[in-house]
Amino acid sequence: MAGGGRMSYRIKVNGEPHLVEATPDTPLLYVLRNDLGLNGPKFGCGLGQCGACAAIVGGKLTRTCSIALRDVGDDKVTTLEGLGTVQKPHPLQRSFIDEQAAQCGYCSNGMIMAAKVLLDRNPNPNEEEIKNALDDQLCRCGVHNRVVHAIRRAAKALAK
Amino acid sequence: MTDKGLSRRRFTQSLGVVVASFALAPRAAFGQAPGALSFSLRNNRRLEGWIRLEADETVTVFTGKAELGQGILTALAQITAEELDVGFDKIRMVSADTSRGPDEQYTFGSQSLEQSGSALRAASAQARGILLAAAARRFGARPEDLHAKAGIIASPDGKRATFWEVASADPDLLKGDITVAAAPKKPGDYSIVGKSINRIDLSGKLTGAPSYVQDLRLPGMVFARVLRLPRYGAKLVALDEAAVRSLPGVVAVVRDGNFLAVAARREEQAIAARNALASAARWSDDAVPLPDIADLRGELQKLRAETIVVGAAGQSEPVSDQVKRVSGEYARSYLSHASIGPSCAVAWLKDGRMTVWSHTQGAFPLRGDLAKVLGMPNARVDVVHMSGAGCYGHNGADDVALDAALVARAVAGAPVKLQWMRDDEFAWAPFGPGMAMRVEAALASDGKIVDWSYDVWSNSHAMRPGQAGGVNLLAAWDLGSPFAKSPPPHIPQPFGDGDRNAVPSYELPRKEIRNHLLLDAPVRNGSFRTLGAHGNIFAIESFMDELADAAGIDPLAFRLAHLRDPRARAVLQAAADKAGWIPGEKGDGRNGRGLAFCRYKSIGMYAAVVVDVEVDRKTGVIRVPRVVMAADIGLVVNPDGARNQLEGGIVQAVSLTLKEQVAFDRREITSRDWSGYPILTFSDVPSVEVILMDRSDPSLGAGEGSLPPASAALANAFAHATGRRLRELPMTPERVKASLS
Repeated sequence: MAGGGRMSYRIKVNGEPHLVEATPDTPLLYVLRNDLGLNGPKFGCGLGQCGACAAIVGGKLTRTCSIALRDVGDDKVTTLEGLGTVQKPHPLQRSFIDEQAAQCGYCSNGMIMAAKVLLDRNPNPNEEEIKNALDDQLCRCGVHNRVVHAIRRAAKALAK
Repeated sequence: MTDKGLSRRRFTQSLGVVVASFALAPRAAFGQAPGALSFSLRNNRRLEGWIRLEADETVTVFTGKAELGQGILTALAQITAEELDVGFDKIRMVSADTSRGPDEQYTFGSQSLEQSGSALRAASAQARGILLAAAARRFGARPEDLHAKAGIIASPDGKRATFWEVASADPDLLKGDITVAAAPKKPGDYSIVGKSINRIDLSGKLTGAPSYVQDLRLPGMVFARVLRLPRYGAKLVALDEAAVRSLPGVVAVVRDGNFLAVAARREEQAIAARNALASAARWSDDAVPLPDIADLRGELQKLRAETIVVGAAGQSEPVSDQVKRVSGEYARSYLSHASIGPSCAVAWLKDGRMTVWSHTQGAFPLRGDLAKVLGMPNARVDVVHMSGAGCYGHNGADDVALDAALVARAVAGAPVKLQWMRDDEFAWAPFGPGMAMRVEAALASDGKIVDWSYDVWSNSHAMRPGQAGGVNLLAAWDLGSPFAKSPPPHIPQPFGDGDRNAVPSYELPRKEIRNHLLLDAPVRNGSFRTLGAHGNIFAIESFMDELADAAGIDPLAFRLAHLRDPRARAVLQAAADKAGWIPGEKGDGRNGRGLAFCRYKSIGMYAAVVVDVEVDRKTGVIRVPRVVMAADIGLVVNPDGARNQLEGGIVQAVSLTLKEQVAFDRREITSRDWSGYPILTFSDVPSVEVILMDRSDPSLGAGEGSLPPASAALANAFAHATGRRLRELPMTPERVKASLS
């Protein structure tokens, strides 16, 4: 990481503007977690391989470990927290809870964010489309089938 | 039910008196003698050390077991709510915590329901009895005439009092010792146990509520990273510390022997400093020669070994000459836990106390080893469990806890969060050891096995912190004044080490099973889900199919002919029926189906698995469209939770079998990111159907037992499809193509 001084950046996360101070090359992940106190995006590999750190940046599924703060610009950032809360979960979060589509839950952030981007693009995906859309999101506990069921369930709920 | 919020709210409260002593009793920890007060209760006799009624009309429940993603806290909450007769939503779980919870050693071996579950069942039944007796005195009634439900005690003449009202009259009411006198409920009377209640921790984890040790943020906390040796055996020759100290935000560079770490105000600064540390450090060229993984079986058999006969029968009886002799040699690769999140810990040295928040499987054993390395008394070190990424055994959790504590000592007063980088996790977390297996058997003309000879070679799968004779923590070996590794323990059958499940559950009149515990470990090994059972069941169940083939008998019928245990027979039949098993059906060169059976640890859950495969003969890629399993796990506390565990084990097994092997050249581990250690992804995941047998016998544990037979059934399906057998895992496209050419 180049030395470079810290600079101020305005970023919009989960609908709220934030002023953060960090070097331009700081991966967005650490800003989200440590400056904004968010827990959804998680450090998994730092290499853009696993998807645990995923958020939606400018409408695109983004590995926040691999995008620099300077490159976020005016793009709106949505994290897991921006979808819903324990009290008021998003239909995707609701369906993941209903299907108990997690074991350790560490990869779930990436699963849910990838599913959100998929459903925004394709509101009624079939099983194969879901598997293709999530193929780069790694899960080690083996809850893949539950994740697919949860996304189908959320798609139905959202269609109502 | 709050999402385990209580333990989080109390982070910064002063930590209480240590209530349980540390004592490693390996044999006891691996199982308990029937009839006696259980291991967990013997070590933790005080009732209020398990159950406490709180002023806000909740019940705090303490367990020494840790939530690893397996849902144990939910299952234990169900057991307590059931037996105590309070609402499930009144229960607040406190997971393994040396400052205030019971010492139940490790969370391992699919034993948490057996150990903590029965302890809480006994404690709850006793607490309920005490509350009823106190209410009887208050009402002037007989305890047996009172009725307790949802935390309210009622008398026939309409008097009512809550548990909390009864308890508030006598602060010492629940302060006695646990006895075995109170009789727990009969399974037929259960209304909470046996229900698929949602996990208490998942809604928080799925919405981004602070849930993991990674989410713990303490005032003034700094971020740390560690820089490990480039390879086993390398020594730090020189370090330009000044180059790292001068970087923005760096607050400490820790150097002690070969141990190197940095701490910085911001996380990205700590990572940058770690990269700088890598450039600033010069290492010796020393290396430990690593085995040639292209010939794993041969390499393992070359190592020094201690050989123990772990099972024998009928050796004095001669074997007739009129038999068919069959033999097979098998191997399993070194495996990585490959958890999605690298290991992490937060450590804080404050007022002479070291507190470490960790996703360890053994808070108490880890505390003991941390205290040894830090030169502090046990009573001044605490380990508090918090969730981490998925845990499938002895991963880097304990090591990173020591790393963080060493940095915390260097920045006294400031809490330190240290997470490993991806390459730390892949290269340094203990591997599931590579294994070699050899079986030879004799078949009589009636198709019965009349002789069985088995050998397994592997390093110890049990190298955890807390073991006698040394310290099993990575950094401890690298310090300027290093600690020795603990030698491998001797874990008797039926639990076993590399020999777990080496003794078949089949009726074998004449058999000898030898475990060759390898004494020199070229790479760092540890406990990975099922220890040796995965390799042993792969070998035994592959070989059972080879024997069935030699005898000209269908694999299902052949197994049934060698099994008397009705529960074993029942799972085999149930899986075969559900899958539509057709006796004598032939593979067509591309499609096939395989079967396998395992009774985990010989005393745990029963599982039979049927796996379907499609083999692409050109690319060598094996696809698994469908897996069916029947499991008998005894009493099912939470059916959906159990299914989740069993399904996950099957998917993980398919991944291990088709893809996974830790790669290294002769000097260095080369699997250092996901491209060097691919795992199964969505497009490769089979559909999974699980049949849970309906039983009211004691719970047998469901966390691991689906994995070994799933691997073996997949190997059998490939052989069934192609007529060729792969005896080495993983079954990579290269090996598939080589076997078909």
